[in-house]
Formats: sequence, C-alpha cells, structure tokens
Amino acid sequence: MAEEKITYRRERIDRGIKARADTIFVISSYRDILYLLLPRVLPVVALLVLPLILPYYWSKVFTHTCMIALLALSWDLLASIGLVSFGQAALFGAGAYISGALNHYFHLPYGLAILIGIFGGATLGSLLLSPVVRLKGVYFAIFTLILSLLSPRIIESTDILGGSHGLAPIALFGSDLVATYVAVGAVLVCLFGFRRLIDEDYGAVMRAIRDDDRAVMSAGINIYWRKIQALFIASAVGSFAGAFTTHHFGFVGMTVFSLDYSILPLASAVLGGAGTFAGALTGAMILVPLSESLRAVGGLRIVCYCIILIAAVVYLPEGIFHYIARKYHQFERVVKV
Amino acid sequence: MEAVLIYGIITSMILSLWTVGLSLTYGISGLANFAHGALYVSAGFISWSFIHYTGLPFALSAIISILLAGLLGFGVYWGLLLRLRGIIFAEVIVTFVAGVAILQFLLWKGLYGYEYALPVFVKGTVEILGIPVDYQRLFIVGFGVALIAFLWFFTHNTRIGLAFRGIAQNELTAISLGIDSDWIGSLSLAFGSALAAVSAAVVLPLGLIEPNIGSEVLIYAVCVAVVGGMESIPGMILASFIIGFGQVVTATYWTPRCMTVVPLAAITLILAIRPSGLLGRFKELEERV
Repeated sequence: MAEEKITYRRERIDRGIKARADTIFVISSYRDILYLLLPRVLPVVALLVLPLILPYYWSKVFTHTCMIALLALSWDLLASIGLVSFGQAALFGAGAYISGALNHYFHLPYGLAILIGIFGGATLGSLLLSPVVRLKGVYFAIFTLILSLLSPRIIESTDILGGSHGLAPIALFGSDLVATYVAVGAVLVCLFGFRRLIDEDYGAVMRAIRDDDRAVMSAGINIYWRKIQALFIASAVGSFAGAFTTHHFGFVGMTVFSLDYSILPLASAVLGGAGTFAGALTGAMILVPLSESLRAVGGLRIVCYCIILIAAVVYLPEGIFHYIARKYHQFERVVKV
Repeated sequence: MEAVLIYGIITSMILSLWTVGLSLTYGISGLANFAHGALYVSAGFISWSFIHYTGLPFALSAIISILLAGLLGFGVYWGLLLRLRGIIFAEVIVTFVAGVAILQFLLWKGLYGYEYALPVFVKGTVEILGIPVDYQRLFIVGFGVALIAFLWFFTHNTRIGLAFRGIAQNELTAISLGIDSDWIGSLSLAFGSALAAVSAAVVLPLGLIEPNIGSEVLIYAVCVAVVGGMESIPGMILASFIIGFGQVVTATYWTPRCMTVVPLAAITLILAIRPSGLLGRFKELEERV
C-alpha cells in the first residue's frame, strides 16, 4: 500500500453566537452578553480612565493621540465614500486658523471660537474640495496633499494671519483635565456616531458609492452631492481637532499644515484597518504613543518608526483591527486534508 | 528678457530630468515609486562617498551610483511592492515611507553642510545673448534632450519598453501575452531608480547634497508628471516647460519666494479642469465618472 502523505490545513469556524445570525445575536447567557459587551465597553472605560492615571507628560501625549484619532476617523469616513485624502492637515489647519484668528483678533471666548471654527472649517473644506469630488483614487489624494502644502505657502507669501510667525496670544483651556475629557468625548462621539451612520441607509449609499459609483448614479442618487455632504462631516471633525489643538497650545502657526497631520492619521487608519472606524482609533492609539516613546532612540526615531510602519503594512495589509476581530469571532482548528 | 528665456529653458530641463525616472515607473508602468526623491539624494551621496573615500574619478563613481540605485529599486520591488501589488494606496504609502526612512537615515549620518557637493563635469562659463551661462547648465540641457529621446525610443521600440507600457494598460492581458509582470515591474522600478541616479549625477553638481532636496524633487516630479499626463512623454516635456518658465517668470518679475507656488497652482488647476493631464489620454474615462 502506497504511503499516504498526510497534510493539514487550518479551518476557521464562526463561534456559536455569531453562527446563529450575522448581525442579530441571540443572547442566552451571561457569557454571551459578556462576549458582546466586552469589546465595546472595555475600550470606552479605558479611554475614560486613562486621563486620570497617566502622568503629566503622557496625558499630553494622550490628548494629542485623541486629535490624531479624530483626524483618522474623519479620514476613514471619507474613505468609506471612496475619497482617499492625503491632506488631512488642510482640514486641521482650516479649523485651527479660523478658531485662532477669531480668538486673537476679535477676542471671542474659546467655546464660541471653536464652534465657529468647526462650521467655518467644514464649509471651507467642502467648498475647496467640491470641484474635485469627481476625481477618483490617487488623483483626489494628490489634490488634497497639494492643498495642504499650498496653504502654508499662501499664508507665508501674503503675510496674512500672522504670516510665518503665527498668532501667539490665544486663550487656553481652563483646566487640562477638562480639555482631555473634551478630547476623549469627541473621539467617542465620532467613533460611535460614525459606526452608526455607516450602518444606516445613508451609510449604505456611501459604501455603495465607494464600491460602484455608476450603479448608484443609475439608481437616481446624486453622488456628488453625497460626496460633498461626507466632505462637510469629515471637515467638521478635522476642523474641530485643529480648533481644539489651537486652544490647547495657545498658538496657531504654519506648523498646523505640517505633513505629520496628514501622514499620521493616514498611517493610523491603514495600520488599524480601514472601514471600521474602530481600526482607525486602534491605529492612532498604537502609532502616536509609539512615535513618542521612540524619542529615546534619538536621531534614528523616524527611521525606526518608518520601518515599523512598513513592516505592518507589508505583513498585515488588512489592518490590526480586522485581524483581531477575525480571531475574536472565529476559532481555528487543524484538520486533516 | 534673454535671461528669462535661457534660465527658463535650463529650469525646465532640470524639471524634465527629475521627472524622467518617476514618469517611467509611475507614469508608464503604473507602479508607485514615491521613494524617487530619496533615491535621487542617496545616489548623490553614494557617488560623493566613492569620490571621497576611495578616490575614484567622478565619472566612474557616478556610474557605480547609477548601478547601485538601480539595484536598490529592484530590491524595493521584490522586498516591499510584491506583496502589495494592486493595493495602490499601500504601494504609495510604503514607498513614500521608505523614502522618508532613507532621507532621515542620511540626515542621521550627518549629511548636512558645505562639503557635500559633487564636482561639475566641465568648469567655465560662456556668454549666450549676453547672459553668462556655465557649461554644466548647457550640459544639463543637452543631456536632458538626449535622455528624453532615449526614453521615447525605449518605450516605443524595444520589447522591454513596450512591456512596461503593457503592464500599465492591462496587466492580465499582458500576462496572457507572455509578459512576466513581476519581472517587468521590478525592471521598471530598477530603470526608474537608475534614471533618478542619472539625473542626480547631472543636476546635483549645481548645488549641495541635502536630504531636503529629496522631498522637493518628489513634489516637482509628481507635479510635472500629473500636469503633463501620466503616460505621455510629450506631455511631460510640455508640463516641465510650463512650470519651469512659470517659475522663472515669477522669480524675475515678482518674488523668488513665490516660486514654489507655481507647480502647486499648476497641479491644482489641472486636476480641477482636466485630471488626465494636458496630453494624457488613456485614463480619461477611469479617473472621472
């Protein structure tokens, strides 16, 4: 008898609670409830507790992380409608400059300045980008990148809004802890709001535009108007991040357009896994503290950071969140072929 | 007036030289190589190192740097891009980040200062229409014309060059015609990187070798390639002349500070009005609904 070669393969099976239906769960025990609640409640609790226990320096880093997370969430919202942005810094800068200028020149209280900054930035962002919503893929990305590179040049050469010096005395938040909680609250509202939005009919249209825009057009939906609406929402979130940072540092200058604010959100969303919003948050929570802790390496900091990012993208192209979600919802076993 | 004409031509040729490599990989073969600027600077650094540490003549070390850059591009394909083919944004991000890593590494090595300069091929100046022009800049113009002619011939009359265009137009059809798309893709990346090194050897003697130049070269090259139309060589020439003359005119009649605005304004306009570029044809339907 010929010797049989035994090969094995890995088999993935959905967990019981998942297998009953894809989105409707039949909850029959505490274990089932925990299984569903833990991944939702644990991150929220962690985000709410962290500001209380972190030392001063790291709580600053945490606030910055929240801002990058907001930009990454707004990137992910744009990506779900098929617009890939390389220039989140432009949205960030719009909010930062509007809010900062209102406070600096007209002495508006920071709450009002931020509010006007959000709506002003959202209007400006969607107006500036509305001529190019027809562009797809890398062309839209290049346009947004150029917009974020061009804005500081315009401010520098026309010398408006403080020119290359920036606007210095800007009202600060009263207390750091309150500011941190405002940031955390904004992240949570955006995260769960966007996750809800993308599951509604409105979000289904958005995802359909990303997947096949011509099919959506033939269903009689104006896809450009939808894209402009998405741009408005995403710019509002990006502008809030900018306006918040302005009042957090008490300064607004050309650095708000720096490449960091474009690259970090993009890298976070790609590393965490696009399309789920939770992935964008995960990515930001990993990347920003990582880049801070790499300061110990000194001059090679950015090199190390780049290498980690490349390794993550090359070896885990689906993103960390998708990987974890798959491991959580399915178990694997080895079976004989 | 004559100065604007002459320096406009020279600036345009420099822009063309910067773009040739990117145009070959990204425009003609459809592979993102956003490490272009970093390869340009590192090629300059490699030839500088060979001149200063081993005492080789400039011509020889330039050839070595061109070969090494080609090898680096080849490695980037097999090491990084192979697993990401088709995920265009992952390609862009990975190559861009690799470029940033190379530039930051060079900065950490201490690549900053006046001693990092390549020698010119020919010293001396000549007067044209009453304007003094040095021989190196004339050499750049001649070399640029020759290189563009070579690129045109290469992509239209050789089997490899035609294969480059084939994998960009329709990869599956190219495979079914017996073109090994991975092999051709890696060759294209190697050729593009080698061309970046060639332009470094010709253009870098005009100034210092600095890591900052890397991102500048990348932005200019992308602008010229997009404005002209990704796959079109005549478009590339036209775009580099528009942007080059635009820059020189801005610097002469307005202020040199606004020079960088010209390429950015050009790309903004072209993307809003005609996204496939001035003379680009073949993606007309794909990129807008």
